[in-house]
Amino acid sequence: MMYAIAVFSPLVGCLIAGLLGRSIGGRAAQGVTIGFMILAAICGVTAFVENTWYDAEQETVPLLSWVVSSTLHADWALRHDTLSVTMVGMVTFIATLIHIYSVGYMAHDAYPVYRFFSYLSLFTFAMLMLVTADNLLQLFFGWEGVGLASYLLIGYWYDKPSACAAAIKAMIVNRIGDLAFVVGIALVFFTFGSIEFPAIFGAIEQHQNDLYGLFGTNFRAYEVIGVLLFIGAMGKSAQIGLHTWLPDAMEGPTPVSALIHAATMVTAGVFLMARMSPIMSYAPYALAFVAVIGGTTAFFAATIGCAQTDIKRVIAYSTCSQLGYMFVAAGVAAYQASIFHLFTHAFFKALLFLSAGSVIHAVSGEQDMRKMGGLWRHIPLTYTMFWVGSLALGGVFPFAGYYSKDAILEASYASGTLSGMYGFWCGLLGAFLTAFYSWRLIIMTFHGKPRADHHVMEHVHESPFVMTGPLILLAIGATVNGFVFRREFIGEGWPEFWRGAIVITANNHVLENMEHLPGWVGLAPTVAGLTGIALAYLAYMFVPSIPPAFARVFRPIYLLAYNKWYFDELYDFLFVRPTFWLARNLWQIGDATLIDGAPNGMAEIAAGSSRQVVKIQTGSIAVYAFVMLIGVVLLLGLYMLVR
Amino acid sequence: MNIAGFPLLSLLTWLPMVGVAVILCVRGDEETVAENARWTALWTSLIVFVLSLVLWAKFDGAEPGFQFVESVSWLPEYGVGYRMGVDGISVLFVLLSTLLTPICVLSAWEAIHARVREFMIAFLVLETMMVGMFSALDFVVFYMFFEGVLIPMYLIIGIWGGPRRVYASVKFFLYTLTGSVLMMLALLAMWVQAGTTDIPTLLRTDFPVGMQYWLFLAFFASFAVKVPMWPVHTWLPDAHVEAPTAGSVILAGVLLKMGGYGFLRFSIPMLPQATTYFAPMIFALSVVAVIYTSFVALAQTDMKKLIAYSSVAHMGVVTIGLFTLNVQGISGGMFQMLSHGIVSAALFLVVGVIYDRMHTRDIDRYGGLADRMPNYAFVFMIFAMASIGLPGTSGFVGEFLVVVGSLKVNFWLSLLGGMGMILGAAYTLYLYRRVVFGRLTKPDLRGILDLSPREMAVFAPLVVLALWMGIYPTSFSRYFDASVSAIVDHHAAAIASSVKVASTSGAGH
Repeated sequence: MMYAIAVFSPLVGCLIAGLLGRSIGGRAAQGVTIGFMILAAICGVTAFVENTWYDAEQETVPLLSWVVSSTLHADWALRHDTLSVTMVGMVTFIATLIHIYSVGYMAHDAYPVYRFFSYLSLFTFAMLMLVTADNLLQLFFGWEGVGLASYLLIGYWYDKPSACAAAIKAMIVNRIGDLAFVVGIALVFFTFGSIEFPAIFGAIEQHQNDLYGLFGTNFRAYEVIGVLLFIGAMGKSAQIGLHTWLPDAMEGPTPVSALIHAATMVTAGVFLMARMSPIMSYAPYALAFVAVIGGTTAFFAATIGCAQTDIKRVIAYSTCSQLGYMFVAAGVAAYQASIFHLFTHAFFKALLFLSAGSVIHAVSGEQDMRKMGGLWRHIPLTYTMFWVGSLALGGVFPFAGYYSKDAILEASYASGTLSGMYGFWCGLLGAFLTAFYSWRLIIMTFHGKPRADHHVMEHVHESPFVMTGPLILLAIGATVNGFVFRREFIGEGWPEFWRGAIVITANNHVLENMEHLPGWVGLAPTVAGLTGIALAYLAYMFVPSIPPAFARVFRPIYLLAYNKWYFDELYDFLFVRPTFWLARNLWQIGDATLIDGAPNGMAEIAAGSSRQVVKIQTGSIAVYAFVMLIGVVLLLGLYMLVR
Repeated sequence: MNIAGFPLLSLLTWLPMVGVAVILCVRGDEETVAENARWTALWTSLIVFVLSLVLWAKFDGAEPGFQFVESVSWLPEYGVGYRMGVDGISVLFVLLSTLLTPICVLSAWEAIHARVREFMIAFLVLETMMVGMFSALDFVVFYMFFEGVLIPMYLIIGIWGGPRRVYASVKFFLYTLTGSVLMMLALLAMWVQAGTTDIPTLLRTDFPVGMQYWLFLAFFASFAVKVPMWPVHTWLPDAHVEAPTAGSVILAGVLLKMGGYGFLRFSIPMLPQATTYFAPMIFALSVVAVIYTSFVALAQTDMKKLIAYSSVAHMGVVTIGLFTLNVQGISGGMFQMLSHGIVSAALFLVVGVIYDRMHTRDIDRYGGLADRMPNYAFVFMIFAMASIGLPGTSGFVGEFLVVVGSLKVNFWLSLLGGMGMILGAAYTLYLYRRVVFGRLTKPDLRGILDLSPREMAVFAPLVVLALWMGIYPTSFSRYFDASVSAIVDHHAAAIASSVKVASTSGAGH
């Protein structure tokens, strides 16, 4: 019951605010959505606590039948296992804080504010449906639901062309992954005869040697399913290739970015991998693919983060990179570590984004770090929050990120697979870059001489309590979550904590092996992180001539990172332009000329020949008589000849 | 299964004609006649709709055969009779027709002001033809209704249409008529073979395999044009663009379904071997339709044309589903047809709303409507999402089932047929962005009014249905599950027996 309240109260809030918002007014709509979110958070966090420390019953809540077609069944239901409950607790808690923060952030917005809060609640609801799904179809419902909500929120300022473009881009790039996901679901049905989780997970043994023919060879069905589902996850979780929507998603208001990057949406792909762990664990090649893509993304996004100057864009690429880490962990079948990082990341990434929002709020909407600097004396609380978030992100002891990121790197090393090692080295390099760009951001934003004009500087002010309050709560989470939950998520207590929600193969000892690694593996991430911090201080505080010199000497590298590895340009050239070119030509040449040419041509011939025939009818009796005479002569002549 | 021998289907079919008679009797000046015609048409169609709800309530979904059957002897010596009845395949189409007619009448309330009386008559005649076509159980009766639909539709486009209405209506008429002539030949051939035109009897008749191929192609010529399948689809955008809103609604909502219904009623169950033989061709044409017309839709500058092309793409998904010949595929095709009947009809109404205000369908003339028309933006968004196939809306269920069904046939069919998911999102969102989002800069849009109560009343039932079908589709699919299973079983049995015949005759040699 409580569980159902946690899931559905955001929907109630969304509907009331959305449908009645105009009649009850913005204030009331805010109150209603936040009230329902607090209710959801109370229920969600309680459910999480009960599950973690009090071993609460785990029972699926059935709701309603949904799609039924012969043997295909998919019902609306709320799955209640550790994985779902953990996500519900985290999502409701963070989303509530973001709702509250938005009251302050959106206070000066020109648009009617009820719409914004309604969308935020819709977003939360869709994510909750996703994580509590008991079958792949409901999961897909939530999956597309967050897609819709993100589309609406990214395009919230709909009179901004860039926001509209970003919203459409998010939806379409996601849909590319979604198509693979849907086909994957169909293949699951084809293989297992069901898309309900209990039925699938119960039949893993029977079908693990099933084959599926593709490209003229037979693959193990699990491998194909794994790859298809992962392509879906790549779209939603912005992995390299399908990542281009995420940095643009910051066109929406900052609280939306926080919601997308921390609690909802992008974590869905990682969640999917953990949810499907029974299948993924038996698909080693698909897992290797996951780890390689994850590792590559972790490194590649971090390099871009080092060269960006928009404060939100830096953090956006950092999300991309951190998601890469989570997939590295999933790719070595250490789903526990992957979800652990998801959990800690949610707190410090929400903290970083909301703090960035607080900075933007302070400097009158400016987002370019080159026009900031010297802010720390004016907004000390926000400055502190940034430090806490960055320490957690950089993986510095004892902040939350230290535990989870270390666990991922250790797990990838301990896996002993080639893809795992690739993930490890990418991750290690990424850790260095992460620390570097985080402190680059802090120094550029808060230290040095103010680079904003004096009008802006005069107005710099700390945000109201309604914004800083959530920051403080998130900072506490970003600090303590690591050591509080380490034992449950990935320590020796994990089988009791997860209670079968995550399935690994019998010969998977990654978590045990993590304890027996060479000493340097455990130390390496910290060393990499501290080196990154030191380098950032050196380059941006003490010897400011280094970055321009670097950009000059290594111009291609700098440009590659600055231009985001040219992905947008490449896609524009490869897909966007050809699409519109093809669209025009199929229409004008294909339809209008070729296909319509035949019937129009025939009509033309009929009309034309009848116009010619008409000319014979002159109306002159003499001509008719003459023609008749010729005819008679001709016929007679023929008759004579033949006879 | 006739309720106390009451001829409900005939009543539904012919009641609109009573409305026509009433409208014809009205005398007075033009305004009185118009007003009377509107109200009579609305009330008649509403009564028909309410009566048709008896079908909704009393139809037994567990029974795969025909129900509410009526039979009157007509030309017994030729095996032709007036027989009516519905099964799971047709019952919801009857309801779709009776639902959309009053909505159309209401939507044309102010939009049509010339020859209102004739317009309403045309619509009521159209309703008779549609309901009759879906409930006919005799091939000759079916054929008469099937062709009869053409006449009022031709008039609606040709008289109340836009500037190029004559071209569009003649194109519409000739395309569909060409197919129909071939269907009539098929009908005659079947009659010669079976000695009757009774559809239930024909469903049980085994036609020789060689003959099946020819019959299939003849049917295909007729139904493919109606669906419409690529490459005989170009009449549709022209017809839609020129037709008045109400005409587009019926055209997209019901008339396109006649093709799919025809495939499911005649081609697939009556010609099993030919269906299996020609299925790959249908898949190829459908996949081309999905991808090709989606691309074309992306380039459109006319809102109605864009939605017309999207209809072709959606119907491509339907034909893929129907010819997968498994339960999920056919159910998906059925559901997609019903959903498309609601959603595309609604999208044409959505276009109609702003067309009535601005008298242009040019996308570039709009932009930023969200500012002035929040309710309109909301309604448009719901149908845009339903058209994209967002889960929780009606569009998703059918599309998903078709993907599942087609994966059983072939991986690439499933993937390519699903391309509509991506391309559909592209052209729909691109349309929405250009019309509703953006800054409101055009001066003549500043004074534009949001939905009127009448328009709200038009959209309300469609919004409810689009969501209801998406959230609880079982209350619709339960009507056709048994019939679809019966078709699949029948087909599998027919193929199996022909394989057995082939193998025994092969063993004899």
